[in-house]
Amino acid sequence: MNMSSRAERSVVEGPRDGTSPVIPRDPSTALGMTTRLDGELLEVSMGPQHPSTHGVFRMNVALDGETVVKLKPVFGYLHRNHEKIGENTSYLGSMPYTDRLDYFCSLTNNWAYALSVEKLAGIEVPERAEYLRIILAELTRLQNHASLLGFLLSDMGAWGTPLMYAFREREKILDLFESLAGSRMMCDYMRFGGCRVDAGPDWIGRAKKVLDAFPRFLDEFEKLLVSNEIVIARTQHIGKLTADLAISAGITGPMLRASGVNYDLRKVDGYGFYPRFKFRVPLGDHGDTYDRLMMRVLEMRESIEILKQAFEQIPAGPVMNPKVKLRSFRPPVGEAYGRIEGPKGELGFYLISDGSSNPYRYRVRPPSFINLTILEDLCLGHTVADVMVILGSVDIVMGEVDR
Amino acid sequence: MIGIGILSGMAVTLRNFVGSYFEKDRLITVQYPEERETLPENYRNFPFLVYDTDDAAAGLRCVACKICEKECPPQCIYIVKSDDKKPDYMGKLQLYPKVFDIDISVCMSCQICVEVCPFEAIKMDKVFELSCRERFDTLLMRKEELSKSNIYYHKIHPVEAAEVDANLAAAAEAKKKKA
Ligand code: SF4
Ligand code: SF4
Repeated sequence: MNMSSRAERSVVEGPRDGTSPVIPRDPSTALGMTTRLDGELLEVSMGPQHPSTHGVFRMNVALDGETVVKLKPVFGYLHRNHEKIGENTSYLGSMPYTDRLDYFCSLTNNWAYALSVEKLAGIEVPERAEYLRIILAELTRLQNHASLLGFLLSDMGAWGTPLMYAFREREKILDLFESLAGSRMMCDYMRFGGCRVDAGPDWIGRAKKVLDAFPRFLDEFEKLLVSNEIVIARTQHIGKLTADLAISAGITGPMLRASGVNYDLRKVDGYGFYPRFKFRVPLGDHGDTYDRLMMRVLEMRESIEILKQAFEQIPAGPVMNPKVKLRSFRPPVGEAYGRIEGPKGELGFYLISDGSSNPYRYRVRPPSFINLTILEDLCLGHTVADVMVILGSVDIVMGEVDR
Repeated sequence: MIGIGILSGMAVTLRNFVGSYFEKDRLITVQYPEERETLPENYRNFPFLVYDTDDAAAGLRCVACKICEKECPPQCIYIVKSDDKKPDYMGKLQLYPKVFDIDISVCMSCQICVEVCPFEAIKMDKVFELSCRERFDTLLMRKEELSKSNIYYHKIHPVEAAEVDANLAAAAEAKKKKA
C-alpha cells in the first residue's frame, strides 16, 4: 500500500491524538450504556433490515456475552399515516386501506372495520353475509397461523422446508380468496352491511375440498414440530409470559391464551354468528414459546371445526343490505368501537363521527403492536438467538405495528 | 429416546419429496411464464373504460360525471369534461371526458371507482404484465389506452358483463316505454 492511500484512510480512522472518535448517537434509541471498549456490555442493533424481524423492525439489544440484559424495540420504519389518512377519506375509502394494515389477514381487518361502521350507523347484515364473513375469517386464521409456524421454524434455522410446506397450503387458501374477492392479499371484500360479491356453489365446493385436505397438512406439520427435539430445546421454557403480566399489558389473542387466560372475543363478545357455533378455546399452561406455537396448531384445528359447521349451516339469500348506500355514506353523530378476534389478537377500530362523510377520529387498536410491548420482559436473560424465536412467536406484522 | 422426533420429521420431508412426483396436491408450482393459470372471473387489476360499438371515441360510456374521481381513495383519476356533447348509447346527448387519466402507479386496485360509477362505464381489467423501465409516463394511462371495447369486457368477465348488458338493456327498455 503506498503512502497516499494511507493518508486518505486516516481521515476515516478518526483523530490521531489518542482520543476516540465521537460517534453521534440518536438519544431516543440509545440504551445509555457503556460501549464495548470500556465496559463489558455490547450494544447490538438488530434490524431494521434483518431477515428474521418480519419486516422493518429494529431492536437495540444490550448483551452480556450472549445474554440479553436490555432490549429496546424501535419501530416506525413502515409508518404510513394510516389513521390520519382515514380521517381524510370517506368511510368507504378507508376500507381498501385496512387491507394494508396486517397484509396477511386483510379479510379480518375488513370485518373489524365494517363491524365498527355498522355499529356506528346501526346497519343490519344479512344472514348469508355473516356466514361468509365467518368462513373467510376462519380461512384467514388458518393461513395466518400456518405461515406463522413456517416463519418461526425458519427463524430457528429450519431454512425453507417447513416454510414452503406452510406456504403451499396458504397458497390454496389464497387462491380461494382470489377467485372470490379478486385479489390474493388485498381482498377489499367486505362492505358496510354485507359483502361485495356472493360466493357461488362452485366456490363453496372448492373451499370444502381445501378444508378436507387441511387436516393432513396439520398432522404432518405436527410431526415436524411437536416431538422434534431441536424445536423442544429451542422453545420450551423460553420467553415465559405470566398471566398477570399478560393481562396488565393488554396482551390479546393466542399469546394471552398460551399463558392460560381464557379470553377469546368470539366467546366473550359473541360478535357475528359465533354463538351459533360449537368450538373450544385452547389454553396454554406455561406461557412459553412452545405453548404459543402449539396454541396456533390447536386453534387451526378448532377453525376447521367452525368452518365445517359454517359450510353446513350457510343459508341462501342476499349478501348485501339493500338499504345501505355506499356513495356519500354519512353515519349519524356518535362514536363506536368495533372489535373482533383477529388471528393475532383483538383488532379494534374506534370511530368518532361528526355527521360528515369522513370520520372525525379514526383509531386502530392493532394487536401486533400491543403484543410487542412486552418483548423486553420475554427476552431478558435469554440469548440473542432466542430473541428471534421469541419475536417470531409473538406474531407481528409491521404493516399493523407501524400503521 | 432422543432423536426419534427428528427422524419422524425427516420421514415427513421424505414423504413430501417423493409425493411431489405423484400427487398434484404436493407440487403446486406453476412454471410461469411457460405455464399459465387461467385467472378467475373476479380477478381485478387496474380499471379500464368500456366503449360500445367499434368506435372508441364515440362509443365511450363515460359521461365525465367525475364521481369516480371524487371517490377514488388515493385520488389517482384525473378527468376534464368536454365542452360539447355527444349522444350516449341511448341516444341522449351527454358530456364526455376530454381528458381521462389514471395513474396506475398510484392506483391500488380497490374497485371503488367501478362500484360507484352509475353508468357502467369503468370496469376492472386483468392485464398484469405491466412492468416497464420508466415509472412516470408509461404508468400514466391516458383515455386512449384505457378505452377497451365491450367485446373485450365480455372476454375477461363473461358472467359480470352479461349481467351488465342485461341491466343496461332493461334500463333502455324502461325508458322507451316511458317516452
Ligand atoms: S367512469 Fe363513471 S363515474 Fe367516472 S366519470 Fe365516467 S361515468 Fe362518471
Ligand atoms: S381501483 Fe381504486 S385506486 Fe384504482 S382508480 Fe379505481 S378507485 Fe382509484
